[in-house]
Amino acid sequence: MHRKATSESPAIPPRGPGPVAVEATRPGQVSIPGIFAAFLLIGATSFGGSVVAYLRNSLVEKHKWIDDKTFVELLGISQTLPGLNATNMAVLVGDRLRGTAGAVSAICGICLPGALIMYAVAIAYHAHGDRPLATAGLKGVAAAAVGLVLATTVQLGRKSLSHVYDLVFVVLTVIGVNLLHQSVPRVLIVVGTLATLWYRPRRGERAEKEGTGP
Amino acid sequence: MNQIPALIRVFAYLSILTVGGGMAAFPELKVLTVDVHHWLTFHQLIHLYSVGQMAPGPNMMMIVAIGQWVAGLLGAVVVLIAFFLPTALLCFCIGRLWNRLAKWPWRTSIQRGLAPVSIGLLLAGCLTMAKGAVTGWITATLAIGVLAIVLRSRINPALLIGAGAVVGLLALR
Repeated sequence: MHRKATSESPAIPPRGPGPVAVEATRPGQVSIPGIFAAFLLIGATSFGGSVVAYLRNSLVEKHKWIDDKTFVELLGISQTLPGLNATNMAVLVGDRLRGTAGAVSAICGICLPGALIMYAVAIAYHAHGDRPLATAGLKGVAAAAVGLVLATTVQLGRKSLSHVYDLVFVVLTVIGVNLLHQSVPRVLIVVGTLATLWYRPRRGERAEKEGTGP
Repeated sequence: MNQIPALIRVFAYLSILTVGGGMAAFPELKVLTVDVHHWLTFHQLIHLYSVGQMAPGPNMMMIVAIGQWVAGLLGAVVVLIAFFLPTALLCFCIGRLWNRLAKWPWRTSIQRGLAPVSIGLLLAGCLTMAKGAVTGWITATLAIGVLAIVLRSRINPALLIGAGAVVGLLALR
């Protein structure tokens, strides 16, 4: 039972003797309450948008459950699939550590604190949200939040966009949603398919040429 | 009227649209919760979303607040499960298959292709939100100021949102 995750996925390649800085914990050694507690702590302390930094700090540096290479690989999967990075990472890491039970305890842990806080916010906002003072404060909060999500998008774009063509697909997507008022899934399917076909598997030199862009 | 089935349908659907981040689903979130189901106003949605940016954990926990408004504790729990279960299951299954997909040449193509589209969706979400939140020169300055500070410094963004509240209290009454 404990080894279920390892048989499914070769999570951490067994390392031989050598200069290994981070000795990752073997899957199966971590307890379910331990996983829940670690993700609960991340879920309760990760103020300020980017949960990824907090995840890395806890999983790679503090607990040494996974190494940096695995972290980056799992983050790549999280960003490609639909779903929030934070919860996708919880599912993937939890599964690597203790299979299904690990995944369930990790996602529950990371969601619980924020969910409880927003539950309280909902009740408070419902009762007092339309007071002039609250509305004034919330207007400021909303404007600041626009700046923050825009900044997060720019940071993500700097990391993941490497080509001029990438910008074309970004612009097409924005035009589809904001100017043509098409639904998100429609734009996602149309532009997503176009972009995937544009980066379709190619043989030999053409593919390498693509890699060495401006 | 029992809103639980509608809550499940809407949030399970939105779940699948969060490619790249929660913001990617914002335009649909607005259409479905504000225009179609009238669960809240556009301004209330923006307020809840913004306050949600200050809460710790995954940054779409504001959906819990919508569930709570529509159908109390049950609504909150239902929304949470509907929003996170579909993508969690998908991620769980694909995560286990991922290494086997490594040899499939289209995996890289899909990854490369979805990267710019997800950035575009996040931008589109930002613009949709900006239309409601940026209403004058004070809010525009605030948004651009936060954008510049976050990009140029390592300050915790939650503090900046808190500062936004103070500016709002002083200047936007």
